[in-house]
Amino acid sequence: MEHTDIFEIGGKRLSSRLFTGTGKYGNDELIAPVCEASGSEVITVALRRVDLDGKTDNVMKHIPTHMTLLPNTSGARNADEAVRIARLARAMGCGDWIKIEVISDNRYLLPDGYETAKATETLAREGFVVLPYMNPDLYVARSLADAGAAAIMPLGAPIGTNRGLRTEEMIRILIEEMELPIIVDAGIGAPSQACRAMEMGAAACLVNTAIATAADPVLMGRAFGRAVTAGREAWLAGPGAVATLAQASSPLTGFLDRTEGAS
Amino acid sequence: MSFLPEALRLGQTPLHLETVSGDDVRRAVDLPRVDASAFAALLSPAADEHLESMAARAHALTLSHFGRTVSLFTPLYVSNHCANHCRYCGFAAPNSIPRSQLSLDEVRAEGEAIAATGLRHLLLLTGEAPRKAGVAYLEACVQVLRPLFPSISVEVYPMETADYARLTRAGVDGLTVFQETYDPVLYAELHPAGPKRDYAFRLNTPQRGAEAGMRVVNIGALLGLTDWRQEIYAVGLHAAWLQKRYPGVDIAVSLPRMRPHAGAFQPACIVSDRELVQAMTALRIFLPRLSITISTREAPSFRDNILPLGVTRMSAGVSTAVGGHAKPAKTGQFEISDPRSVAEIEAMLRSRGYQAVFKDWEPIEASA
Ligand code: SF4
Repeated sequence: MEHTDIFEIGGKRLSSRLFTGTGKYGNDELIAPVCEASGSEVITVALRRVDLDGKTDNVMKHIPTHMTLLPNTSGARNADEAVRIARLARAMGCGDWIKIEVISDNRYLLPDGYETAKATETLAREGFVVLPYMNPDLYVARSLADAGAAAIMPLGAPIGTNRGLRTEEMIRILIEEMELPIIVDAGIGAPSQACRAMEMGAAACLVNTAIATAADPVLMGRAFGRAVTAGREAWLAGPGAVATLAQASSPLTGFLDRTEGAS
Repeated sequence: MSFLPEALRLGQTPLHLETVSGDDVRRAVDLPRVDASAFAALLSPAADEHLESMAARAHALTLSHFGRTVSLFTPLYVSNHCANHCRYCGFAAPNSIPRSQLSLDEVRAEGEAIAATGLRHLLLLTGEAPRKAGVAYLEACVQVLRPLFPSISVEVYPMETADYARLTRAGVDGLTVFQETYDPVLYAELHPAGPKRDYAFRLNTPQRGAEAGMRVVNIGALLGLTDWRQEIYAVGLHAAWLQKRYPGVDIAVSLPRMRPHAGAFQPACIVSDRELVQAMTALRIFLPRLSITISTREAPSFRDNILPLGVTRMSAGVSTAVGGHAKPAKTGQFEISDPRSVAEIEAMLRSRGYQAVFKDWEPIEASA
């Protein structure tokens, strides 16, 4: 199929709506084949893990050059730290895209909406393409939009849980209400769940754990790539409305038409 | 608020785990949210028969929360002067071992030798002799090491919050402090003299570190001093208490088993490999996001095999002697069992499908 369905964000045109990650791989050499098999064009990397002048293997060298880097602020506990990490990422040559993660709860790794909005505002003003990771909350989403976010990344379930779209209803509201692209991030554990998010109208999905910890990450990457495409096509195709009750072949109100016709 | 009343209660109330049934254990393994009593069930003798299913759950939880990665670090002993009389430790004041403290030039030489192996996370250790290795000395060490190591933790004597705050400003981001034993009566017996006698001050140390801004707080009990089930139960509840109270701090535990050392004290109980696996998997199931460290006190084959069951950090390329990295080793604090180099540990991890993480933090303050 031709790629007529282009996702444009932050001045970049993307033909894949699957974003991938670099964390949790048993071997960073898998990153390049996963990118290839999945078709993903955007990849997130935790700046805390990057050691540019280390003598050891550096994750950056495994990321194919055509990928758009989405450095994240993992490790930041407040807006101020997130802003500093973002500036550091830019200074290191990672580009202008930044995924804001402000987490001060290490038990569940839930993002702090208030601090995330503050960081988003500062960084958007500095010209970053800001993609904030958030709890799917309409009010937080609005404040992120006001703060200048380029897209919004609500969680499907807490990071690393592979529990799927536990927040489906809240994400649906964001999709309906917000004009910004909604990128479902965290919690997606199976391709069917990514497909579901796309069918609902999500603009993209970010998947890391489910791919990186699969027994065959490359095959799983391909499966996710296909699932996201399938879900997107289903959304574009405009699914038929779901009826709550069966439509009787002889409707109960059928007589009304007949009555009118007879008069 | 302090964990002290709870610790004293735990340390003095036997758990009576012999009443736990196999069914209790089976239920506990599958609970979506494991509470304290289910955690106790996982530590019971009855759980031994369910070790395989505990291991499976622990592995799945570790995989989904941490992936196939293990952070590597190494300890750097900068001073072995010690005023304490801990009966189980080779550095104890009454032991006549050569005492030394590194000059800052020696600290730099050690740091460079370690950094050359690729390690970026360092654990700075001293005995307890604040008059020799005071806060100012530690601060100076950190300043020397900071350019080589983006992350530096300390395992030194318990300090006041203000001193920890001074260290965090210098660039220290982690604190390790072991309670050794949560049993207050045994604690008093094992620490006959020296500042470490103060059970309460030591117990509240992790809390003071968290309040001073440490990002990682690592606790533990020295396994072998008394009934390990009781101790691990206390460690788990202490970790859970800290996680709840300081949600921004990465709470970690270590599971050190006693090793032969220069003193005459021998372990009161031997924790078998099987029991250590039970302890680790129970902790993992109880606290899925807990960081768990396994040290080079353990033998290579055991370290390799326990890896998937909950381990998230490992020490590598270890010398427990002061100045042991740049020069050949002298008398260490205890004997290590896994003498493999950093490169060998990395190769082992790789062969098992795991990735060694050398750098996982960098102080933002210093670099932006
Ligand atoms: S355990 Fe620590 S405080 Fe006790 S004697 Fe050894 S070095 Fe000193």
